[in-house]
Amino acid sequence: MSTTPQTAPGRDSTFRHLVTSVLFTIVTVIALGLIYPLVIWGLGTLLFHHQAEGSLISGANGTVIGSELVGQNFTKPQYFQGRPSAAGKGYDPTSTGGTNFGPTSKKLIDGTKSAIAALKKANPDAAGPIPMDLVTSSASGIDPDISPEGAYYQAPRVAKARAMSLDSLNAIVAAHVTPRQFGLLGEPRVNVLELNRALDAQGVSTMSTGKYHYVALGASYYL
Amino acid sequence: MTVVGWLQAAVVFALVCLLVKPVGAYMARVFEGERVFLSPVLAPVERGLYRLCRIDPAREMGWKPYAFSVVAFSLVSFLYLYVLLRVQAFLPLNPQGFGNLAPDLAWNTAVSFMTNTNWQFYSGESTMSYLSQMAGLGWHMFVSAGTGIAIAIALMRGLSRRSASTIGNFWVDLTRAVLYVLLPIAVVGSLLLLWQGVPQNFSGYTAVKTLEGAAQSIPQGPMASMEIIKELGTNGGGFVNANSASTWENPTGFSNLIELVCIFLIGGALTYTFGRYVKDQRQGWVLFAAMTTLFVAGFTAAYAAEAAGNPIVHALGVAGGNLEGKEARFGIAASALFATMTTDTSCGAVNAVHDSFTALGGLIPMFDMQLGEVVFGGVGSGFYGIIYYAILTVFIAGLMVGRTPEYLGKKIERREVQLAILAALVVPVFALVPAGIASVLPAGLATLNNAGPHGFSEILYAYSSMVNNNGSAFAGLSANAWWNVSGGVVMLFGRIAIMIPVIALAGALAAKRAVPATAGTFGTTSPIFVVLLIGVILIVGALTFFPADALGPIVEHLLNQQGKQF
Repeated sequence: MSTTPQTAPGRDSTFRHLVTSVLFTIVTVIALGLIYPLVIWGLGTLLFHHQAEGSLISGANGTVIGSELVGQNFTKPQYFQGRPSAAGKGYDPTSTGGTNFGPTSKKLIDGTKSAIAALKKANPDAAGPIPMDLVTSSASGIDPDISPEGAYYQAPRVAKARAMSLDSLNAIVAAHVTPRQFGLLGEPRVNVLELNRALDAQGVSTMSTGKYHYVALGASYYL
Repeated sequence: MTVVGWLQAAVVFALVCLLVKPVGAYMARVFEGERVFLSPVLAPVERGLYRLCRIDPAREMGWKPYAFSVVAFSLVSFLYLYVLLRVQAFLPLNPQGFGNLAPDLAWNTAVSFMTNTNWQFYSGESTMSYLSQMAGLGWHMFVSAGTGIAIAIALMRGLSRRSASTIGNFWVDLTRAVLYVLLPIAVVGSLLLLWQGVPQNFSGYTAVKTLEGAAQSIPQGPMASMEIIKELGTNGGGFVNANSASTWENPTGFSNLIELVCIFLIGGALTYTFGRYVKDQRQGWVLFAAMTTLFVAGFTAAYAAEAAGNPIVHALGVAGGNLEGKEARFGIAASALFATMTTDTSCGAVNAVHDSFTALGGLIPMFDMQLGEVVFGGVGSGFYGIIYYAILTVFIAGLMVGRTPEYLGKKIERREVQLAILAALVVPVFALVPAGIASVLPAGLATLNNAGPHGFSEILYAYSSMVNNNGSAFAGLSANAWWNVSGGVVMLFGRIAIMIPVIALAGALAAKRAVPATAGTFGTTSPIFVVLLIGVILIVGALTFFPADALGPIVEHLLNQQGKQF
């Protein structure tokens, strides 16, 4: 099939190796660098449209208010808060990463101290030990999740700010706990944005129907 | 440590074990040109590619043309990526309008991806156009992995052939590695990752107004197609800075499992392919057993250290394992597992911040790399790395009993031992010497993120990672011209100075005649061999790196226990 004259092993010129390298590069860049991602894009859009587009969440009027994958910075008392973030000025998705402080870093210890102080101040009624995840920075800086313990720890504050009973709020939190996938993989977690959205929606629907029917939506989305 | 944590690790490793035989046998058939179930689809593509590139698949190469082809292709692929990164601003698929990379960063990045290292002195989400990601970096992930596999196969031919002058055709091996092995798994795997939530699109970043009314810009891009080959090819270069810790690249526990299995898959399966080539599966299983032992020991140590946590934080009144720099969905077990597996191999993807691991938890990934990436190792490179160690082992065993060492029916003589020693020296020389220089150079110290022994650990980790073509980092270290340039040089030598001797070794072994095994032959399929092999790997690694490790993570551990801060 090849028109190249046959030569004995070891007689190829350096130039010939370079020509083959250039041809191979051109052909495979087109195949693996362009066609392959385009095919995956096509298949992904067809089969998993929502995920392919970045798992975006639309608000009431159709505007995009976030992504299931990306945590947001919450400061108001009526919202559950995520983990400390080292991404930019906090939850900046264009500047992902952790603190990169080592275990003997003074900056790490000072940061943890102030996170503990802030957490205690914001949650005077909290019961139980301080959850480790609420005072340590995540790896990505956009971690959308907290541990169930981290959510229950904040529940008294949120219930107070929303004038709800702690029991009914805890029920909503419980419905938003994503268990380990297939009962095994990952850790149990609560998506903070989904939980806060459900609370806002629940606040509206309480007035009309007295029930919170949005609750189970986000609980185990990919399971 | 928890039962669930151990079960998570057990399931990942059990899946790897289940796949070793089918994938390994499949690769043996592919590289000998036999029909496989994908041949009806892929054989015409393969033939077309040979025609377009003017490759004659029937022509075999001696070790020198094989090595020349590798070098020529590495050079061309490096230049291509360097130019692409320098002109990306003028090219399409750049919705965020990112500029061209500076020369030193483009040099570092191009060397990094050509050598399968994927060290990243940039943040993808604020630096790289989609075109650079998929047609530059993503393409390199296929071909640099394919190059590693090709060379491993050439070495297997060298070990199994008798009195032969050729070791295969590099272009054919590379083509088959990419087309029959990497691409099919990548297509299936990227769809699984998409299902779990990894994005794949060409949209610009999405502007959102958060629940509290703040502005957020959410990165998009063709991530899934790149994510899978990042693990499968043990490349490790993330689409975004946070790598597999980000929810885009690794959204769930299941996506984490897929990525982990892919990291070990080909390195593990190649030991089975090797058994096929030398017509004795036990020869492959002993390597697998040695690798497994070192992996289990490393994971146990890392998991225990992270679960024990940081005593200084405990003193503040917060109990529990170390969650600094870990994601809530992965927790401690899956993070320690990922850190161990990504550094056993030359992958270097991370799902947690290694820099923020406890002192001993961070020592494990560093030491894994310092052993030379032979615990499953990089695709291909792990196999030829452990063959170096096997040759050293039979050499040392031969010295003990006063016989000429043999391996697989071949006399191991001066040339083979010289080449193995040469390779064994590349790693310490190109890790420790630059680390020593950087430790006293203002430019080397300027960009550290931590003080005290942890600062030295950042330097030592960086060069250990780069020379072994791993690419993970104690990522507090940031770039300047010193790091870009010296890092590029170290990565280059770590790849080429090991690859070329291994191809020469393949040629030398192929030319040898078979010597029949006698009663005096030291068997290489026994548990004794496994123990000796592990001993040699650990002793070589420990002797060369222990003094440096003692100054970094080990002393930091002792000070950490006393509550010392820097």
